Amino acid sequence: MNGFYCLTGFFNSISEYFGDVWDSFYEGFYKTFLKDDRWKFFLEGIENTLIIAIGATLMGILIGIVISVVKVLHAKTGKLIILNWIFEIYTTVIRGTPVVLQLIIAYNIIFINIENAVLVGIITFGINSGAYVSEIIRAGIMAVDVGQTEAGRSLGLSQFQTMRLIVLPQAIKNVLPALGNEFIALLKETSVIGYLGVNDLTRAGQRVLSLTYDFYFPYISIAIVYLLMVMGLSKLFKMLEKRFAQSDRG
Amino acid sequence: MIEVKNLCKTFGKNEVLKNIDYKIEKGEKIVVVGPSGSGKSTFLRCLNMLEKPTSGEIWFEGIQVNGKKTKIDLVRQRMGMVFQQFNLFNNKNIIDNITLAPVTLKLMTKEQAEEKAMSLLKRIGLEDKAKAYPSQLSGGQKQRIAIIRALAMNPTVMLFDEPTSALDPEMVGEVLQLMKELANDGMTMVVVTHEMGFAREVGTKILFMDEGCIMEEAPPQEFFDNPKHPRLQDFLSKVL
Repeated sequence: MNGFYCLTGFFNSISEYFGDVWDSFYEGFYKTFLKDDRWKFFLEGIENTLIIAIGATLMGILIGIVISVVKVLHAKTGKLIILNWIFEIYTTVIRGTPVVLQLIIAYNIIFINIENAVLVGIITFGINSGAYVSEIIRAGIMAVDVGQTEAGRSLGLSQFQTMRLIVLPQAIKNVLPALGNEFIALLKETSVIGYLGVNDLTRAGQRVLSLTYDFYFPYISIAIVYLLMVMGLSKLFKMLEKRFAQSDRG
Repeated sequence: MIEVKNLCKTFGKNEVLKNIDYKIEKGEKIVVVGPSGSGKSTFLRCLNMLEKPTSGEIWFEGIQVNGKKTKIDLVRQRMGMVFQQFNLFNNKNIIDNITLAPVTLKLMTKEQAEEKAMSLLKRIGLEDKAKAYPSQLSGGQKQRIAIIRALAMNPTVMLFDEPTSALDPEMVGEVLQLMKELANDGMTMVVVTHEMGFAREVGTKILFMDEGCIMEEAPPQEFFDNPKHPRLQDFLSKVL
């Protein structure tokens, strides 16, 4: 008999224990997400993170292409000296300083007239990313066989037309995996935009934390959201690679 | 049609072309032969400024090709070029390879260019490859398409830079056949090649280049049967 009571006591305490776990789980979940509609912080955070990441990515690609093309044309023809010089300084400065500092300087000194911190974030991260993307694409351009350029030029296409229609598409295709890497890093890097008071995903966690004093829910949840976003981005790049590989099928 | 005056080209300290003078008339088929490193490819590439001459002049249809104010892109539209490595645009399918330049340069509408491309593809029996990509074709097919890609621009002269050197032996014939047809149509051609049979059959003049100079120039019969320069005699004894 004694043994039986022991056993039921054991099960009781286990169910009690799990009941407690469940209760505290629910409580944590409730005060992190449900109370006072706090999930709206997170939603707004996801939205801001995505806006900044996508805007900066597009800007980074644009800047990266322009800079890489100028640098390659300069190396080949010796023209565009001033532009090339400006871009050299740009790449050196941007790659040589932390992005958090760039953000603070951009917001408080350079773009002092722009109130919208999200916009400043897009511009700053875009400019920052452009420096890295330009080097990636430049490597891609150099890897395209010079015969492709010669063929284009021999048909009467200008240097610019040959670059735009023939070399650049092949260069970008070659460096898609590296570009994917860069944009994954960029997406996560946007988490420092909180320094400007923007309610991005990371800051949303901090704000809720300051109300609940519970680390577990806010941080684990935003970690999962970042992870999901990065997985989506990787998937997108895999699809792009497949699409671009169309011309490879032998 | 093409006149080369005092053409010199140096790469660093290396003198690749030394005072070349030559005149090519309309309809001629000039075949350039010689050992590797003799400057024959550089000579050809100077004609359309893929290599910039160090000094000298090149004239084409009354225009100085290497003149300071010459719009080289306009000159190149009338000088087709075929490369040893084919250099089809890897990111474009075959029909786009052919139509890209004429459409981009607004010489033809897309419809006209495609019609022309299809008729050229039909001529070489590859119309079923219009939507294929270069990576799906054999070397011989690629080179024949590279030739008609140049033809689609309606050039008045065609430059061939060792067009069969990168081909498997059994594919050389189909490319040479197309070049022969082109020659029979009256195209002016300058061909750098190691194909002596082709040189003998198609060439109106054969040039022998060595050490950056044209050592000998003669019609094929005389060139092969009665070579004068000892270097050429030596060369022919090795290749024939």
